[in-house]
Amino acid sequence: MIIQEFTKGIFKRNPVFVLLLGLCPTLAVSTSVENAIGMGAAATFVLVFSNILVSLIKNIIPKKIRIPCFIVVIATFVTMVELFLEAYLPDLNESLGLYVPLIVVNCIILGRAEAFASRNPVMLSLADGLGMGVGFSLALLLLGSIREILGSNALFGYELIPGFRPAMIMILPPGAFLTIGFLLGLFALIRSRRVEREEKMMNAEIALPEGAKE
Amino acid sequence: MNKSEKKLFQVSPSPQLHGGESIARIMWAVMLSLLPALAASIYFFGWRALHIEVVAVVSAILTEALIQRLRGKPITVTDGSAAIAGLLLAYNLPVGVPLWLPAVGAAFGIAVGKQAFGGLGHNIFNPALVGRIFVMHSWLPMMTSWSPPRTMLYAKVDALTYATPLGAAKEGIVALVPSSSGVFSAMDMFWGNIGGCIGETSALALLIGGLFLLYRGYIRWETPVAFIGTVALLTWLLPAKTGAIALAPYYHILGGGLMLGAIFMATDMVTTPITGAGMLIFGLGCGLITAIIRLYGGFPEGVAYSILIMNAFTPLIDKLVKPRVFGNKLALSGR
Repeated sequence: MIIQEFTKGIFKRNPVFVLLLGLCPTLAVSTSVENAIGMGAAATFVLVFSNILVSLIKNIIPKKIRIPCFIVVIATFVTMVELFLEAYLPDLNESLGLYVPLIVVNCIILGRAEAFASRNPVMLSLADGLGMGVGFSLALLLLGSIREILGSNALFGYELIPGFRPAMIMILPPGAFLTIGFLLGLFALIRSRRVEREEKMMNAEIALPEGAKE
Repeated sequence: MNKSEKKLFQVSPSPQLHGGESIARIMWAVMLSLLPALAASIYFFGWRALHIEVVAVVSAILTEALIQRLRGKPITVTDGSAAIAGLLLAYNLPVGVPLWLPAVGAAFGIAVGKQAFGGLGHNIFNPALVGRIFVMHSWLPMMTSWSPPRTMLYAKVDALTYATPLGAAKEGIVALVPSSSGVFSAMDMFWGNIGGCIGETSALALLIGGLFLLYRGYIRWETPVAFIGTVALLTWLLPAKTGAIALAPYYHILGGGLMLGAIFMATDMVTTPITGAGMLIFGLGCGLITAIIRLYGGFPEGVAYSILIMNAFTPLIDKLVKPRVFGNKLALSGR
């Protein structure tokens, strides 16, 4: 059960590629792998702890003001992340810029608090938050590496192929939309192929007993 | 039946004659109309211009065929629409670009600008311009380093600081702004003896092609006239921004990509409005955006952006100017 809640965030209900949530930070900070990992880690931290806290206090929050309460909880952890980044990782803090405080309004986090943590026990909420966070981070990592390779000819800031002229557009905003468009198309293709295959197998299974009778 | 009704479109019962038009016939006529500009590009920029054009056309055709094959659709590259997109993209490049750049640009324009939307007739944006904007923002230094035409008297004097007329005016380089005593004159701009993208400099060659298309009825006068007219009017009325040199309207008409864009790209059948009134609005919008970008924007040229932006408005324009259905009193626009 707990493992299921964890893995659903990575594949079946991936916040970026399936739910299409949190696209603003996803597209804005996925210009390099380093930024992607930083943003992913920060968002995962906030997700896990806000899910735990919301799950713990879910019974004492009045229903009518639950959303402001969730926001206060989330903002608390975001402030912690922000102060941590300022103190220990100033470079990363600078390149993420405004998008660190904006984690407060990241709809994945508020969405999980409202849709999951406020209705489920603590351990399940923890697994859900961790799974969603890892799913979000992996999506950012995929986008970030594609964009950094094509747009800066580099990975983690190291040059890859000497002489290759990177397409600068890939680290600009249009590159983010192009990359996510192609990735969503690719996933849709894989899904439809899988459905086709399953249908074929089901048809084969139905056909088999009839053939066996003869 | 009164007289005015008699003059209206008459429909006869079948059997009816086929006009003989087909996509391939139209496209190859457009191709023919682009040949004067091709000749001009070779004359002014040398054989290198032809290399760029061939690479772009071949890349566009191969990309279209490959994607149609992968999608399991009939391969329709012989209709010439991909070849035209490739050639128009090549016309939008400076002569100094490496040969892989037109290949990448044409492939991107066809793949993302055309086939991703479903192929010919389904694309919202002009594929050639999609390709141009992609290479422009990917390899900006290559796309903005201009070489003077080889026929130019002053070509060898200072090739490094060379600029297009519009670029020179924007940056306030007095010596390179066209004038009778300067490096080039208005007649140079008309013939095409100026710096710029390989297919856009010769207004004469583009006009010949445009008149041919008008004669054949494949384009209409509304879009080019509204587009060029609006740019002329606005560049005459509005002041240039500080630091830039104000140019007379005819420099704006002849000195950049306006003729190429207005005649061949703002008149694309797929991505622009279908009625005359719609075309007027489309041309007006293009002219407005081009003039504002040229006068106050960051780039010296704005034709490509203006056409792409107006492409996005095309469905709305078509809805706005929906013609009255024959026999009905009111337009069927739901109002």
